[in-house]
Amino acid sequence: MPRRIVSAVQHIGHRVIESIWRLGYASRFFILVLLKSGTSLRRFGLVMRELYFTGVLSLIIIVVSGLFVGMVLGLQGYETLQKYGSESAVGTLVALSLVRELGPVVAALLFASRAGSAITAEIGLMKATEQLAAMGMMAVDPVARVVAPRFWAGVISMPLLAAIFSVMGVFGGYLVTVVFIGVDEGSFWSQMQSAVDFRFDILNGFIKSCFFGVAVTAIAVFEGYDAPPTAEGVSGATTRTVVTSSLVILGLDFILTAFMFRGVS
Amino acid sequence: MQRTTMDLWVGLFVITGIIALMILSLKVGNLNVYNPSQSYVITGNFENIGGLKVRAPVKSAGVVVGRVTDIQFSTQTYDAVVTMDMDSRFPFPKDTFASILTAGLLGEQYIGLAAGGDEVMLKNGDKIMKTNSAMVLEELIGRFLFNKAADDDSF
Repeated sequence: MPRRIVSAVQHIGHRVIESIWRLGYASRFFILVLLKSGTSLRRFGLVMRELYFTGVLSLIIIVVSGLFVGMVLGLQGYETLQKYGSESAVGTLVALSLVRELGPVVAALLFASRAGSAITAEIGLMKATEQLAAMGMMAVDPVARVVAPRFWAGVISMPLLAAIFSVMGVFGGYLVTVVFIGVDEGSFWSQMQSAVDFRFDILNGFIKSCFFGVAVTAIAVFEGYDAPPTAEGVSGATTRTVVTSSLVILGLDFILTAFMFRGVS
Repeated sequence: MQRTTMDLWVGLFVITGIIALMILSLKVGNLNVYNPSQSYVITGNFENIGGLKVRAPVKSAGVVVGRVTDIQFSTQTYDAVVTMDMDSRFPFPKDTFASILTAGLLGEQYIGLAAGGDEVMLKNGDKIMKTNSAMVLEELIGRFLFNKAADDDSF
């Protein structure tokens, strides 16, 4: 009996040590990517190509879901606010919730499942088919040539995608409440403009999306680079990218919100 | 895919993103209305500020002329010291009356300024002498009931 207890404790210890080791490995990999990103920023064509795949091809899903999120927000906000006779405040509701929270967070979640998973699968498959090893043989650093451009493309495109998401959401809210339901257009915009502050709301949302961009792409490239070189390993790494980055986005969002908006209003 | 087409799409994407940021700051956030770089700071002591918060607007005749930047409690006078950042385009006379008002029945609270007739204008760091506290609903009801009771006694 004591031996089974000892082995159970050992099992827990093993798991803890392994996860901490992995965290340290991921951090060291992240620093390595930052150190070797000089080449990719000098040869900007590499980043350009990745910007097309992570940014431009994510536009459709971001635009459509932004529009629908804004429309639903407008509809639900109108239903509730109308009970208090203040349906013109629906613009404030839509704009503030999009700019502060939903824009950065939902755009980052979509970005993680649309672009993050693709990055992981691509790098993982390159590793499984020994393309990365072949690059190393030709004295081309795979981290500088393959990983860093993808990382920077994700970091650049995430804030832009979040801003597009927020704008589409505000437009969707406008469409539903002003055009379809018939809330007064002037009070919709003026109440929104008087409530949304540039520094406290828009800039903080922008900073949030920058953090999310770094987190999602760092996780995606690490999981791809670290994937076991098998079909199963790549599929597992892709799943882990989506799950881990979604959890990290939500956790990071709470921490950032606590720092940014605590005691402000 | 051709290199130039890809560049075109990426350029379009980046321009769209920047336009989205500009729409957010200009159309949604209304960035250009109030420029805090040209401002002067005034303070006022209020007996009771009610629900006034930092960043609440300072209005005169309904127009936003400044913002509340700081609220402190003074242990010398035991009242609230409210610091206001005023747009320097709008100078106010020295005997301006400041009162804490409520937008609508349940709306947010703001500071309303009523200009006086003094020749001397408020300067940076000056203090407003005439202030009027926030209206607290309980006090109001209490006063009303008290007056009612006093009226009843007179019968």
